[in-house]
Amino acid sequence: MNYAPKLDRRSFVIGAAAAGGGLALGLRLPFGPDIVRAADGSPEVNAWVVIRPDDTVVIRIARSEMGQGSLTGLAQLVAEELECDWSKVTTEYPTPGQSLARKRVYGDMSTGGSRGIRTSQQYVREAGAAARTVLIQAAANEWKVPASECSAANSVITHQPSGRKTTYGKVAEAAARLEAPKNVPLKDPKDWKLVGKGVKRLDTADKLTGKQIYGIDIKMPGMLVATIKDSPVRTGKIKSFDAAKVAGMPGVKKVVQVGDSGVAVIADSYWRAHKAIEALPIVWDPGEAGKVSSASIAEFLKGGLGAEQAFVGNRAGDAKAAIAGAARKIEAVYSYPYQNHATMEPMNMTALYTADRCEVWGPTQNAEAALAAVSEESGLPIGKCDVHKFLCGGGFGRRGRVDYVRQAVAIAKEMPGTPIKLIWSREEDMTHDGYHPVTQAKLTAGIDAAGNVVGFHMRISGQSIAASLAPDRLDPDGRDPIVFQGLTPNSPEGNFGYAFPNLLIDHAMRNTHVLAGFWRGVNVNHNAIYTECFIDEVADALGQDKLAFRLKFLKPKHAAVLKAVAERAGWGTPPPQGVARGLAQYMAHGSYCAACAEVSVSPRGELKMHRIVAAIDPGYAVNPAQIERQVAGSFVFGLSALLYGECTVKDGAIEQTNFDTYNSLRIREMPNVEVIVMPSGGFWGGVGEPTVSVAAPAVLNAIYAATGKRLRSVPLMHEGIRTA
Amino acid sequence: MTTLIVNGQRHDVDVEPDTPLLWVLRDTLGMTGTKYGCGIAQCGACTVHVNGAATRSCSVELADVAGKEITTIEGLAANGVLHKVQQAWLDHDVPQCGYCQSGMIMAVADLLKNKPKPTDADIDAAITNICRCGTFQQVRAAIHAAANA
Ligand code: FES
Ligand code: FES
Repeated sequence: MNYAPKLDRRSFVIGAAAAGGGLALGLRLPFGPDIVRAADGSPEVNAWVVIRPDDTVVIRIARSEMGQGSLTGLAQLVAEELECDWSKVTTEYPTPGQSLARKRVYGDMSTGGSRGIRTSQQYVREAGAAARTVLIQAAANEWKVPASECSAANSVITHQPSGRKTTYGKVAEAAARLEAPKNVPLKDPKDWKLVGKGVKRLDTADKLTGKQIYGIDIKMPGMLVATIKDSPVRTGKIKSFDAAKVAGMPGVKKVVQVGDSGVAVIADSYWRAHKAIEALPIVWDPGEAGKVSSASIAEFLKGGLGAEQAFVGNRAGDAKAAIAGAARKIEAVYSYPYQNHATMEPMNMTALYTADRCEVWGPTQNAEAALAAVSEESGLPIGKCDVHKFLCGGGFGRRGRVDYVRQAVAIAKEMPGTPIKLIWSREEDMTHDGYHPVTQAKLTAGIDAAGNVVGFHMRISGQSIAASLAPDRLDPDGRDPIVFQGLTPNSPEGNFGYAFPNLLIDHAMRNTHVLAGFWRGVNVNHNAIYTECFIDEVADALGQDKLAFRLKFLKPKHAAVLKAVAERAGWGTPPPQGVARGLAQYMAHGSYCAACAEVSVSPRGELKMHRIVAAIDPGYAVNPAQIERQVAGSFVFGLSALLYGECTVKDGAIEQTNFDTYNSLRIREMPNVEVIVMPSGGFWGGVGEPTVSVAAPAVLNAIYAATGKRLRSVPLMHEGIRTA
Repeated sequence: MTTLIVNGQRHDVDVEPDTPLLWVLRDTLGMTGTKYGCGIAQCGACTVHVNGAATRSCSVELADVAGKEITTIEGLAANGVLHKVQQAWLDHDVPQCGYCQSGMIMAVADLLKNKPKPTDADIDAAITNICRCGTFQQVRAAIHAAANA
C-alpha cells in the first residue's frame, strides 16, 4: 500500500459522492445503478472488499500500520472468510472522512493498546463472510441454481453438481448489487486455513527499495516545508521572536507563530527551514514549571508512597492489617523514569488549507482524532476536512496524539492554497513527547511465622496518562483505571496473576507539567517490574525457588506461559558457567506473557544478555510468524528502555535531545530471543505490546541471580551496568 | 553548482555547499528512500555509499561529496534485480515499519562487500544502526542468508 498524494482518493469517488444517500445506509437496490465503486470503477462487494475484474481483491484496512503487522493480520481475517486467493490480495486505507460520510462504516480507526486486530476481528471476519455469500449468490443467480449447491475456494466459485466454475472477478459486479446478507455464520477456528498461518507481510517489497512513501517523503506540486520549535517547557509561552533576523536566509518564505508557544519557519526545503529556525532568536516564558527538575519530581512522587489518600485498583481481604500483624515484613522501593517513544520517523504532517477545504497527509495512529483536530484547527466543518494516512515509520503510541496535526494545519492556514509539509527535527521530537509516565512504587509483603505470604501491598505513586491526555477516561472520583494495567482482580485486559489472601494495590496520583503518553506497553512496563522483581525478592527472602514460589500463587493461564519458558530454558538445570537466569510473567493487553532471561555480568558491571525465552498466549494467533517478530522486537524496545531509557527534566524542560543522549539497543547487545507462541483459544489478546512487560523484569531478576545485587531503578546505565 | 553522481546519474545541484548530502538527496533530487532519523550520525537511517563505502549522509556536506560516486537505496538493485541483501530481506520478512531499513540494507551491503562471510562478531562490530521496531534478530538471520546466497 503505497499511497502517493496524486493518487489520493482514487477510491470512493462515487462512494463519497453518494454519501448521505441510500448507499450510506447499506441499502442495495436489486437493479439500480447504485453500486459503490472504487475510483478505477471496480465494484465494492461491501465496504471492506473491492474485487477487480482481474480477480484482484482489495481489502480495506481501517487501522493504522506502523510496523506491527496488523494490516496483514486483518487482511488474513477477511480473506479467511472470503475464501479468496491470498496471492491476489492487496490493501488500502479508507479515510476517516469517507468513513464518517458513510455513517462510520469502518468503525473505530484508532490503533493503540494492541487492539488493532482483537477489537475488529469480529466485524472484519463478518465482512469477509458477507462478501463471500453475495459472490456465491451472484454466481448461483447467473447459473439459475440454488446457492446452497455452490461453494467457493481460492476466489473460484464451483457449482458442485455440474462442476461449473467462475471467479470472483467475473461475478463481483452482480454481487455488488445484492442486498448484504445478515448473520452469516463465521468459521469455527479449527477450520481456519489462512488465519493461524505465518504468511509473509503484505507490505514488505517497497520497504527494500526506497519506494515506500512515508509521510516525511510526501511531495506535492508547489509544496513548501516547515519546521517548528515549540516551547521547551511544555506549559511555557512565547515572549518574543525576531523573524527579521532570518527572513533573508535562502529559501525562507515565512516565519509564523503557532499557537501561543511555537514558532515555525516555512521554506522551500527542510534543510533551509531547519537552518533558519536554528538561527531564529526566540524567547519563551517558561512560567512556574521552569522551576521543575527531575529531583523535584522524584521528591513529589516520594511523598505519594506513604500518602493517606490513594485510589484502589485491587483489594482482597485486609492487606495492611495482615502486614501489620505479620511476623516478618519485606519492603522495597522501585522507580521508573520518563521515556521517549523515539519513533524512527520523526513527527510530520502535510497540510493543505483553502477557504473551503482542509486536508492532511501523513502518519497517524488515530485517523478520526486527527480528522477532528483538522476540523477544529482549520475552523471548517468536519465534512470539509479529511486525513490521508500513510504507513507510520514506527508509532509505539506516539502517533495517537494529534499535536503535530494541529500544528501542520495552523501553519498551512498561514498560506492558503499551498501544501506545507511540517517536519519535526529529532530534537523537537525528543523534547516534545507525551512521555512514558514517571512512577515510583513501594512494595510490602507480610510473612507469617511459617513462611507464608499473608499480605501484599503495592503502592504506586506517580503520573496518570489519562489525566494528561484523556481526562474523559478518568473515573468520576478522579481515579485513573489505566494505571492498574495488569494489576486488577479480573479484567480480561490484564489481571494480577497472584492470588494472595490479603492484597492491596493502590495509586497516589502525582501529576506534573510534563505530558505523559501511551507508550508501547503503557503502564505495564513499570507495573511488571514492580510486581515481578518484588515477587522475586520475596521468594528469595524465603529461600524458595523462584519458579515454584510463583506457581504456588499463579492463576492457571499465567502459570502456563511461565512454565513453558521455564521448561524451554531448562529451569532447574544448571545454566552455562557464569550465566544466571531470571523469570518474569505478566498479563497485558489481553495476553499472557512470560520470559526467562539468561545473562552474565562481569565484575566490572559488563552485562551480556545471552538468551531470552519468551512465551505469549494471545488466545488466537492470527499470524505466528509475525507474532514471533513482534515479540523479538518488543524485547529490543523493552531492553532499550531498561538499559538506556530516561528523559530527565531540568528547568522544566526535557534534557535529552537526540539518540546520543537517549540511546537505543544495537544489534550487538540484542540477545537471541526464542519465542513460544502458545494460543490457548477462546479469547483475543493483543500482540504488539504485551511482551514488552516481561523484558525488563526477567533481565533484572537474572542480573540479581548473577550478582546478588537488586537494581530497583531504571535505566541501568545509572546503576553501574553497561553492555559487554 | 555542485556536480553529484548518484546511482550513475550526473546531477548539477544549486544549493548551499554546507547542505548535508541527506537533504540534497531528499529535497533537491527528490530521492526519499534515504531517511532522516537523527541528523547527527547516530542512527544510520541515512546510510548511503560514497565511493563504495557506507556513509551517514546526514553528516557529510554536499561540498565533501562533489564528483564522488554515490549509491542510494534506489540504486542498489541492478537492472531490476534485487541486490542479494534486499532479496534476503524479502525472504526473511525483515522490515517492520521499514523506516530504518534503507540505511540498514545499505550498511549490510557494505559489510558484505568487505566481509563476504561475516561472523556474528563482524556483524556486531559493523552494524550499529538503530531500529526502534527491533528487527535485529531477522536482520542477523538475513545477513547470514545473504552471505550464503
Ligand atoms: S540521520 Fe544520519 S545517522 Fe541518523
Ligand atoms: S523497522 Fe521500524 S525502525 Fe526498523
